[in-house]
Amino acid sequence: MPEQVESRESPVASNAAPEPPLQVEHEAPLLDVVGLKTHFFSFGGVVKAVDGVSLSVRRGETLGVVGESGCGKSVTALSVIGLVPDPPGRIVAGRIDFEGGRDLVGASAETMREIRGNEISMIFQEPMTSLNPVFRVGTQIAEAIRLHRKVSKKEAMDSAIEMLGLVGIPSPMARARDYPHQLSGGMRQRVMIAMAMACQPKLLLADEPTTALDVTVQAQILDLMNRMKEASGAAIMLITHDMGVIAEMCQRVSVMYAGVVVEHTDVRTLFANPLHPYTVGLLESIPRGRGRGGVGGQLKTIPGIVPNLLHLPKGCRFQDRCGQVHAACRELEPPLAASLDRVDGGHLVRCWLHVSPSETPAQPQGQS
Amino acid sequence: MSDGVLQAVEDDAAVDLFTPTQSVAARFRRNKLSIFGAVIVVVAFAAALFAPWLSPLDPDAVDASSRLAPIGSEGHLLGSDELGRDILSRLIWGARVTLLVSLSATAIALIVGTFLGLLSGYFLGWLDSVIMRLIDILMAFPYFLLALAVIAVLGPGLLNGMIAVAIVNIPFFTRIVRGVTLSIRESDYVMAARGIGASNTRILVRHVLLNCVSTVIVAGTLNIGWMITAAAALSFLGLGVQPPTSDWGTMLASGRQFLSAAPHVATLPGLAIFITVLGFNLLGDGLRDALDPRLRE
Repeated sequence: MPEQVESRESPVASNAAPEPPLQVEHEAPLLDVVGLKTHFFSFGGVVKAVDGVSLSVRRGETLGVVGESGCGKSVTALSVIGLVPDPPGRIVAGRIDFEGGRDLVGASAETMREIRGNEISMIFQEPMTSLNPVFRVGTQIAEAIRLHRKVSKKEAMDSAIEMLGLVGIPSPMARARDYPHQLSGGMRQRVMIAMAMACQPKLLLADEPTTALDVTVQAQILDLMNRMKEASGAAIMLITHDMGVIAEMCQRVSVMYAGVVVEHTDVRTLFANPLHPYTVGLLESIPRGRGRGGVGGQLKTIPGIVPNLLHLPKGCRFQDRCGQVHAACRELEPPLAASLDRVDGGHLVRCWLHVSPSETPAQPQGQS
Repeated sequence: MSDGVLQAVEDDAAVDLFTPTQSVAARFRRNKLSIFGAVIVVVAFAAALFAPWLSPLDPDAVDASSRLAPIGSEGHLLGSDELGRDILSRLIWGARVTLLVSLSATAIALIVGTFLGLLSGYFLGWLDSVIMRLIDILMAFPYFLLALAVIAVLGPGLLNGMIAVAIVNIPFFTRIVRGVTLSIRESDYVMAARGIGASNTRILVRHVLLNCVSTVIVAGTLNIGWMITAAAALSFLGLGVQPPTSDWGTMLASGRQFLSAAPHVATLPGLAIFITVLGFNLLGDGLRDALDPRLRE
């Protein structure tokens, strides 16, 4: 086991972003999501896409949100920025505190529009379709600026060109006059980042920003995001299903499964000492190449599929796919609580193996 | 792996180096039939615009000495009708009325229909239900019946008839635009626009409407052809233009009585209608092929 841990650690060590000094714990986080429930009311019933998610993003850090498709990662981000398609979706419970006190759940449409793009921005998975095909890219970035800053068209365009340069697009003056279809996927994602960062937001929600790109471009974009983050001091909530991206980018990680956070800790602990059987499964299903004992061996997978969010099982959501399932798991859903193994309480996990039943009333996330 | 190599790889991925306008024009030019359609449409418009200079004779000048003159007779290139009026001149002047009426009717239907379709497809909910049920009611209405009703109230006249036909054509545009809007509102760039804090109005105009334009242009072009036939049909029944003005429909109606003696009197305006409608339809098809991104190689 320790050997495996070593090998998992190596990608982190080689090119990880320099970790910021540990934040003082009592400082209010930039974004504090508490007990968020976003449900979709479909004809088949209520789909509990996000079912009591609690997570926080501190100033200047990158929080990774990882999990497989359909676990509620994107819906959590859309809830934060107020873009859950309504109908059929609605935030039914929970709080989203931004900058210590402004609750975004109850905010008016007007307020949310002020915040979007200005204080919280989002970049999406598909750079190929995220730009309007009928406008030049410079115009689109300038639009983002003019929505929140009282500047002339000329000034906005100048800033847009400057942003294009900042995101590493060669001859930004000429590229600003290009239409989206004239740019490649990587270039378009750079434009999207320029657009999202144009008003220097405090928080950037990145929903699988590199999934649609090929590997070399992926590395460039991740590098760019890190540089932009350092330059502007923005925090990033990075949604991905790629553990390699997590290792490269994040300081802390929340692992999501079927609409809830099942494990939350800092990135080193996650790779060195994962607790939840789902996290362990995710880490084991990373293909490992030659010299890491992986060649010729069978790639491990997590058996089964994500439970139907319309009919969640009683008890733990992961029970049907878990190798260590026991009677308690089928009876009662474990709380997200500090694990028994860690004294400092910084490692939260939602599993009966690591949380004693007595923890239940004292769960720190205050879910109802 | 130097940056230069990566750059080259990225540049290769950007295959289409035309601007949208250039590539649309290039694709349009490749289609011979649509060029043919465009030529017909241009000729029809030229005839309508320059009628006073193009027509050899006064279209309303009666000449009893040369009634029902055949094609190619002296002074009347395309012959003359039962009152001895020059058919060529009447066709050229008739193009004016026909095109003006069908264009304006299309414009009314297009503007109202697009507006309703945008609202309906973008906001959905009760607004969508109300608009779409009204559209369903309009669609269930036989257009001639509505035209007759409007004419009965407002009195005969091509304008009144065409207002009715325009109203009946609103559903055509509303349904098309609603469909396109439904897909655009779910598109990533609309989501991204919301993500930067754009308001609904802004998204509707800059993102949804502008991306509907190509569809609306195509629908409009195809609709003009249909409007020409509708206008001709109203005039044919005597509900459209009133004498002494005449369009191709009234010419067709009056020539009908002499179909056996002088077939060209009715056939020529019929041909004019047929060719013009064909021209608009070919143009519309060509535009659709040129503007549809799915058909790009």
